[in-house]
Amino acid sequence: MNPTRIWAIVLRHLAVYRSNLARLNELILWPFFELLLWGFFGTYVGRLSSLGYVVAVLLGALLLWTVFSRVQQGIAISFLMELWSRNLMNIFVTPISVAEYLVALMIFGILKVLFVATFMWALAWALYHVNLLTVGPALVPLAVALILFAWAIGTFIVGIVLRFGQGAESIAWMFAFFLQPFGAVFFPLSVYPQWLQNILWWIPLPHIFEALRSVFAGNGLPPHHLAWAFGLNVIYLLGAFTFLGYMFEQAREKGFLLKLQE
Amino acid sequence: MESAIIAVKDLRKAFGKTVAVDGISFTVKRGEIFGLLGPNGAGKTTTIAMLLGLLTATDGTIMILDHSMPRHRRQILSRVNFSSPYVNMPYGLPVMTNLRIFARLYTVPRAEQKIRELAETFGVAHLLSRRTMTLSSGETARVNLLKAFLNDPEILFLDEPTAALDPEAADTVRSLLLRLQKERGMTLFYTSHNMQEVERLSDRIIFLHRGKIIAEGTPDSVMRQFNQGTLEDFFISLARSKTTPPATHPPHEETMP
Repeated sequence: MNPTRIWAIVLRHLAVYRSNLARLNELILWPFFELLLWGFFGTYVGRLSSLGYVVAVLLGALLLWTVFSRVQQGIAISFLMELWSRNLMNIFVTPISVAEYLVALMIFGILKVLFVATFMWALAWALYHVNLLTVGPALVPLAVALILFAWAIGTFIVGIVLRFGQGAESIAWMFAFFLQPFGAVFFPLSVYPQWLQNILWWIPLPHIFEALRSVFAGNGLPPHHLAWAFGLNVIYLLGAFTFLGYMFEQAREKGFLLKLQE
Repeated sequence: MESAIIAVKDLRKAFGKTVAVDGISFTVKRGEIFGLLGPNGAGKTTTIAMLLGLLTATDGTIMILDHSMPRHRRQILSRVNFSSPYVNMPYGLPVMTNLRIFARLYTVPRAEQKIRELAETFGVAHLLSRRTMTLSSGETARVNLLKAFLNDPEILFLDEPTAALDPEAADTVRSLLLRLQKERGMTLFYTSHNMQEVERLSDRIIFLHRGKIIAEGTPDSVMRQFNQGTLEDFFISLARSKTTPPATHPPHEETMP
């Protein structure tokens, strides 16, 4: 691993935001409108129920969901950007390894989410007087678990894009939203029918969001959900890395790296 | 005998039943300007992609700078570079930003100074703050070449370096390449459809047709072997022929070190 090369790729993607202010919409406007929607909805539901912490639960869930979706897109969309700018061959005729490239995209995803999360925290506090940091250190393992899962999904999507090129662009944008209805993000796992719960148990998302609700309800971090989330993440990450390695081999074998440039 | 900087032996690439490169062997010496020619579909891009480790060979061996490709891909790629008008740097970013990024990817020491020196050499110093998308074709070609010189490559792979350039811009790029190649003793390995350019630049060429080498030697010797007045005549007759002409190699040409 060469940190200079890794940082080169991180800088390349950070530079896009500096050169094109419209790209900031993704980091500011999108989260802003999502926060408005769920903040007002939470306020309304809070008035109807006796649960005073509904707004905080919904905004906390939104914040963590944003962590997941931005990190995942940080990897997948950044890779697509190399295709859009026909820069992929330039990158892969340098001595950079696939692992270094992937690590760079992972770091970029984290930087992106640090910016968005800070912005959303400040906005939630300003608009709804909800301080999401009152959850305390419990937020850290949940965010880490989400970042790990986002890395796995982002890596998997890069493998898909390698195979199908820009035709897979919609997957890169929408994969997180495909998962959202099944992640128990804004409602408890018990809402799903039992057969679906049995399947969703094998995805880290419901464990993480169940744990978040438990923290907001004052019950602390449930260790079994955390253990499941991190255990599953290890499996998903190993699977994603293996898949990407295989897809790169296939790309070199079948010439996808050249065709992607066309 | 001078050792080969590139040695390719029995290189073959098949995509399913389609054979793109069919058992070619050749060597390139240090400091040589070597042209890889042939009509569309001859296997040039496939060959150059295998030399750069972007494509895995079905059979055969590639040795570059005494390292095996793709086994020592990273060692090789740190000492070579590549430029093509069909490959861009991120067009939304300023030229200087792009060059800094590539300087880091090649871990170039004192990158800032290096970029500015090369920018003077390539006559693009005034373009460094411009966005890449605002450059003309000629300016883009020179900036892409600058990128390709960042790591002082021992071998520079060029895929149709003057394609899409007007005659004046093409001539500027050719002259620049020739001057830098002589100054640095660098090896140029390039493909082109511009036969006049090939005659002017190349020390040696190979002609590919349907994945096979059908001619190898200096541009003059190839023209003589096929009784053609110019390489362009040879190219046109080859592109229009339905059969692959028998391969001819001058007896003095080495095939492998």
